[in-house]
Parts: sequence; C-alpha cells; structure tokens
Amino acid sequence: MEVSRHWRLQEQRYKLVGETCDSCGVKLFPPRDVCLECKAPAYALYTFTGLGELYSFTTIYDAPAGFEHSAPYTVALVKLEEGPIVTAQLTDMDESELSIGMPLEMVTRKLRTDGDEGMIVYGYKFRPIFSQQVAN
Amino acid sequence: MGEGTRSPLPKGGVKGRERNKHMNDVSIIGIGQTEVKEMWSTSIRHLAWYAIEAALDDAHVSQVDALFVGNMAAGQLSNQMHLGALVADFAGLRGIEAVTVEAADASGGAALRQAVLAVKSGLVETALVVGVEKMTDQVGSSVTAVLSSTLDADYEAIHGLTVAGMGALLMRRYMHEYGIGVEEFAHFSVNAHANGADNPLAMFRNRIKAERFGSAPPVATPVNLFDAAPSGDGAAAVIVTSHERAQDMVSQPIRIAGSALATDTLALHDRKNMLHLRAAELSAQKAMAAAGVSHDDIDLFELHDSFTVMAALSLEAAGFAAAGEGWQLARDGAIGRNGRIPISTFGGLKARGNPGGATGMYQIVEVARQLRGQAGDNQIPDAKIGMAQNLGGSGATAVTHILSNR
Amino acid sequence: MSEYKPQDGLMKPDRAVGIVGYGAYVPRYRLPASEVSKMWTNGTGGTPIVEKAVNGLDEDVITMSIEAARNAMLRAQINPQEIRAVWVGSESHPYAVKPSSTIVAEAIGAVPNTMAGDWEFACKAGTEAMQAAIGFVGSGMARYAFSIGMDTAQGRPGDALEYTAAAGGAAVLLGPGAESVAIINGSYSFVTDTPDFWRRAHAEYPSHGDRFTGEPAYFKHVSGAAEMLMESIGTKSGDYDWAVFHQPNAKFPERVAAQLGFSKEQIKPGLLSPRIGNTYSGSTMIGLTAILDIAKPGDRILMVSYGSGAGSDAFDIEVTDKLPEVQNLATTTEAYISRRTEINYATYTRYRDKLKLS
Repeated sequence: MEVSRHWRLQEQRYKLVGETCDSCGVKLFPPRDVCLECKAPAYALYTFTGLGELYSFTTIYDAPAGFEHSAPYTVALVKLEEGPIVTAQLTDMDESELSIGMPLEMVTRKLRTDGDEGMIVYGYKFRPIFSQQVAN
Repeated sequence: MGEGTRSPLPKGGVKGRERNKHMNDVSIIGIGQTEVKEMWSTSIRHLAWYAIEAALDDAHVSQVDALFVGNMAAGQLSNQMHLGALVADFAGLRGIEAVTVEAADASGGAALRQAVLAVKSGLVETALVVGVEKMTDQVGSSVTAVLSSTLDADYEAIHGLTVAGMGALLMRRYMHEYGIGVEEFAHFSVNAHANGADNPLAMFRNRIKAERFGSAPPVATPVNLFDAAPSGDGAAAVIVTSHERAQDMVSQPIRIAGSALATDTLALHDRKNMLHLRAAELSAQKAMAAAGVSHDDIDLFELHDSFTVMAALSLEAAGFAAAGEGWQLARDGAIGRNGRIPISTFGGLKARGNPGGATGMYQIVEVARQLRGQAGDNQIPDAKIGMAQNLGGSGATAVTHILSNR
Repeated sequence: MSEYKPQDGLMKPDRAVGIVGYGAYVPRYRLPASEVSKMWTNGTGGTPIVEKAVNGLDEDVITMSIEAARNAMLRAQINPQEIRAVWVGSESHPYAVKPSSTIVAEAIGAVPNTMAGDWEFACKAGTEAMQAAIGFVGSGMARYAFSIGMDTAQGRPGDALEYTAAAGGAAVLLGPGAESVAIINGSYSFVTDTPDFWRRAHAEYPSHGDRFTGEPAYFKHVSGAAEMLMESIGTKSGDYDWAVFHQPNAKFPERVAAQLGFSKEQIKPGLLSPRIGNTYSGSTMIGLTAILDIAKPGDRILMVSYGSGAGSDAFDIEVTDKLPEVQNLATTTEAYISRRTEINYATYTRYRDKLKLS
C-alpha cells in the first residue's frame, strides 16, 4: 500500500498542476523542478487547462497486476495545448474512433485500486472533447 | 547441471598482432551463456553460476578480482537483492569485490561498462561480468507489473502503461510520422527468427512468415506477439582483463575497442522527439569514436530489438539509416546474415529471447563468438568488428560496445 | 401548546439564498430494461423504464461528483476558495469510512478552508444537504456551500430494482440570493420512520418491502412534503411552471404529480427516469438541473425528493434574470443523456463489478 506516495501527487493528478520555468517560461508537466529545456530552476506552479490532442495511443491487452480487471484499456500520449506531452489513459471512447491529432479533454477518474480493501487512486484521464464549454 | 546448457567454445589460433597499440584496452578472455527459456527447476543463483562456470572454463581461469552482476529486478521477481554477494558466494568467489548494476534491461551492458572502467583504471586486474535474470519465479500479470516498474512509476506505470505499451506508443507514432503500415515491421521478426532457428540456445527456433504477422494476437496495439520479444530466464557472462594480459592468456582475445553509456529522459513523454533515441545515438557515437571505426567497418550489430520498432529506431540512432528509414533496411534484406549490416545474428531479443538484465551480456557473448569465428551456422563471414547496443526500456539508458578481434 | 400550522415547518432563511451554479453528470453507458427482462423473465415481464445509465469501470460517486461540481463551477464563476462546505449525498460512497467529499473538494480547489462531509438518507441525501447549505448560507456562516446528490445505485441481480438502479446525479452550489440564478423561496421536510427499503452494513445489495414502498412510503411522504410546503407558502399546483419529484421509475412520479394536481407538461422536462433510470440521491436533483437548463426568468419550480426510511424534502424555487447567462456555460443535462452507448447484460455485470474475479 503506497498511501503517502499517491497523496503527495494529488494536486497534479486531480488538477494537472505543473510548473512553469522562471527563466525560459516553458510549461512543465509532470513538474520536474529543473527545466527540461534550459535546466534553470522551475518551481512556479502552473495549472494546465486540460485540453490537448492525441499524439499516440495503444490498447493494452497484456495488463500488469492491478490493471487486469480493466483490460483491454487504452493508454495515450496527449500533447497538452501548453506544450508538454503527458501519459494518460483514454476513457469514454472506442478505439475505433481514435485518430492522432484529435482534440481531447481531461477528466478525473479512478486510476487503480490497491485490492478490495486498499485505497482508490484517482487522477487524470482524457476523453474526446465532449464538454459544452469547450465545444462552444 | 540443470536445464541451462552451456555452449562449449573451442579455441582458435594465436593472434598477437598490434600488441602494443591497444595495451591499455580491455579484452574479453572468456565467455559463457545458458539457454534462454523458462527454466522452472533452476534458481537465479544457479543460472548465474552456469554462465560463470562456462566463462571461467573458457578462459581457463579459476579466480577473478571483481564481479559485476547485471540484473534488472531480482528484488521483485525473486525477492532477492544483494546479488553481488550472493553470486560471488555461490560461485566460490567469496572475498572478492562484487556489486549489482541495475539499468532495467540495459543492466547487462551497464555491468560490462563498469567492468571496463574498473580494469581500465588499473585498480582491478581481472573482472567477471554476469548478466542474469530469473523471470519465471513469478508469472503472468505480476511479471508484467515488475517490468512496468522500469518505466516512470508516478507518471507512466500508474496509468497502466506497460513496457509493451511503451513500444506500441513509439510504433504508432512511427507509423504515423513516416506513413508506413504495421506489415513493414514484420521483416525484423522474420530475420530474427531465421537466425534464432540456427541457435541451439535460442528461446524460439521456429521460422515465421511475414504473411502470418497480421494475425498474431495483440499485446498492446499495434504491437502484437510477433513484434514483442519474449521474456525468458537466462544468464551470460564474460571475463575481462587488460588487453596486454589477455594476449598472454588466450589465443583469441576479443578487444573492447569502444564502450559508452548514455542516458535520456526516463519517461517517453518528456522527449522532444521520441522517435530519436538520443541516448542510443550518443553512446554509439562515443563508442565508435573511441574505437576509431566508421559504419562501414562494422560487420554486425547486435541491437536491442525488444520490439520491432526498437530495431528500426536503433538502426537510425546508431547511424545505419536516416530517421524514418530504419525499417527499409529490414524490407531490403540489409539486416540478414549476408546483408550490409547483419543484426540479431543469433535471433536477437525477439527469437533468442529477452532475459531482462542478462540480455546485454548475451549480445556481448554473441558478438564475441562471431569475432572468434565460433558462430557455427550463424557465422557472419570474416567478421572483424561487431557492435552491441543494449537499451533500458525505451532507451533511457543506452550502452554501446564495439568489439574487435584484433 | 398551540396547534401546529404548516407555516411553522417552512424552512426559510433570514437572508435570500439561491442557486449560483448547477451541474449534472450522467455516465455514457445505457442498459436497456429489455436486457434485464430477457435475462430474468425470458422477456415476458414488463419494464418500468426504457433504459438506465450505467457507470464505466473507472467511475464512481467521487469521479461523477467531481465532473458535476466542475460543471456547477463553470456556471457559478466563483473563486473555489470562498466555498465553506462540500457535501456529497449518496448511498454508494466508494468508501465506507473516508469522505467522498474531501476528494471532490480537493479536485475543485476548495480545500483547505472548508467543511466537507458525506450525507446518507437513501435517495434524499442530496436534497438534505441542500437544505443544510441553505441554512449555512442563509445564516451568514458561509458565502457558498456545495450540495451534491450522486449515486451508482445497486440493484440485486433479478430484483425489480435491477431494471432501474442507475448512475448519475447533480451538483448544486448555494450562495447569496443576489448572485443566484434561482432563489429558494422555502423548503419543507416531512419525515417518519418507515422501513420501506434499506441496506445493512456490509450487505452488497439493498432489500425492500416491495409494494410497501408505494402508498405508506413514497406517496405519503412526497405528497406530505409537497402539500405542506405549498400550504405554508400559499401556493397551488397551478402556480408552478415546472415540478420534479423523486423518480424511482416512471409511474410513481407521474401518479403523485397527478394526485397533487400537476399536469404532464409541468413534470415533463424533469422526468428523466424513463431514459436514465433511478439515480437515487441524484434522481430529484438531476431533474432540477434538466429544468434549469430550459427554464426562463420568473419560472417557478416545485422540487420534492424522497428518501426511503423515510422522508421527503420539498423546495419552492424561482428563476432569476441571471439564469440565461449561465445555462450554456457548461454541458447540459440533456447533452449527457443524449450521449449514450448501449451495453448488454454481460457488459453490465462486468462494469458493475458483479463478476466474481477473486
């Protein structure tokens, strides 16, 4: 059971809180404290909009322990509109409707559970744009 | 002896040329390997010992000064850590310096790199390197979960990404950017299995047909069973010492002409251009520069074909093909034993099998056999210089070694 | 002791309180009632609704509450740090002990200077949280308070409830009347100890009294709360443009509406059970959000929930001029209902964790 480990990542998992580089201004998700681009310190928090597009995807049939019950499921690389690419599952979709470049939006879903009695881990997933405020 | 069979490796003629030129280089004086397969009755310590015993016999030595164990995940797969001491003890080498080196499935190559550094520094005279992985102490989804822990746990594995899924994300993007279909990747597996068929130690010795590629069951779309290298138990070992000593000890020392390790972002999503394996490129360039060789000098390339797309990307990163054209070498037959740049000459990860942290050491042993002229049916004619590149996961660690038989 | 007058029971805050934001959520999967009928009655039994909404494998009351609350926040356009209570009413909280509400509060950015709590009163946990929120805001204790009614309802395989027990619900953010899209004129609760439906601790599925859930339970309490509220405020059914009643099926709300003098037109926009089933704690509140999606300034709405065990909460709600400005700021209830992916009984058993996997 990895309680504190998931707890400490809540801001990122629930709200896509990343960082922005003080020096070159690049947006970072996942946050990494040292800028990926210019190696300057990057501690300023930045909340991403949760909008992005599909960069690559795979539907996983051979699932690891903890994920067997949800297989097959689709994991994607999502290019956020602010720049970074994030790894996340896709939800509320069929694989047949997916195409690279399609617009996606972030939702909060169950990522996994630690067995029947352990904690439930929640976090970001993405789905094809459905929300009205985005479509407008 | 258990199910792991050692390959007897006869010795060739004396070769004493260029004796002084490479005085400070490190050379291989002994090699050993077990079969790659599911060895239910063999423990991790036995696996390591079988490969070590073969290497010691091959080198005609009984004592070494240091042991480097390349292993990926014994702590999770066999609940056994502290392999340096365990293996040294079990092999009757108690007292020597011994540590484990871990870099996912680049552990084997990384362990050799540490041995090269140790011998080259002069602090260690003779070093033993064994890559060992016991994959079958656990089965099914538990093993998949352990392998997933070589990804970024907080940002990749928690989303259910697997190592095969990582390969699939790369493959889908590759197909998208370069406009090719899945069928183009089949040629890599056809080649690997054709070579594996002649390797008695290979996990899979069946030849496969490109036509049947499309009907293989999916592992992580678009990666199917024919794209993905199988996990198996295995161990491979080499003994290294200074080139100067090596020439006095064995008839065919295999010189490590170049050795380099480089890293990239652990997570795929953090790479600016994920189809460019930057660490693989860096380590290949450094190793080639150190060896003073160009692409034309390299007679064979044992690359890390954990997935067919990784073979294409490795060929590109190492400079054998331009970006987006690695797959064409497979289509055009350039990767075959008689091609321009033979790869996976004993079956590669795909057919010989991928025993995790041992894989990199199999590559080294296989290149050494080619350069000694002891590759049997798999022999690349007149092979003089061979390259081995061992990747960790998606290439976050890349270790390149260039071996020479002169 | 003076005789009890309905006005004594009217719950009306000293200062005006209203809805400043609202949002719905319905998962995308639909199980046609005919699938249940095929499985258990060879297709011979009648079906109480057309189909019901089913949550996906990665959804639960918490994830659904988060999306509904985010929709409410999009309409309210307020700083989440000004929220002083996040209350989630449900009978399918994912944890027996550990609040759903803290996770929702964290996700919408309301932590740490807020209350958070989970409510349980069968299907009226959400409206009860609304009444508490009205008190919170009306007393000046809070500027904003969230009340959410959400469920992934459990129905025993083969039971009558399996046709209707559905997933979905709504979030309502209460705040000062001046900022509201709809004012709460008053509320009335009507509660007795009537054991028509329950689920014991650790039991997987609820039990119920079958026809006992009708007259002495649903009808008595819904009518009681509605009549007392209207009497206390001095209104009649004709004074309301719209009405929404708890909807365990299609028949009960239609019948109680008729008994109370409401027309089919008045209840039509809020009657969602034929298309999404009974979303339990979400049922009445998502009917309200469906009405708010189409209501006009000046419209008056009667809302009456029902929770087994048993009780009803009735509300008199009046739409303000601000509603049209926010209606399209977030996904509408109808958009969620129209988004549908039909599943069969086998997929349903998998999604609802009815397969014994270990």
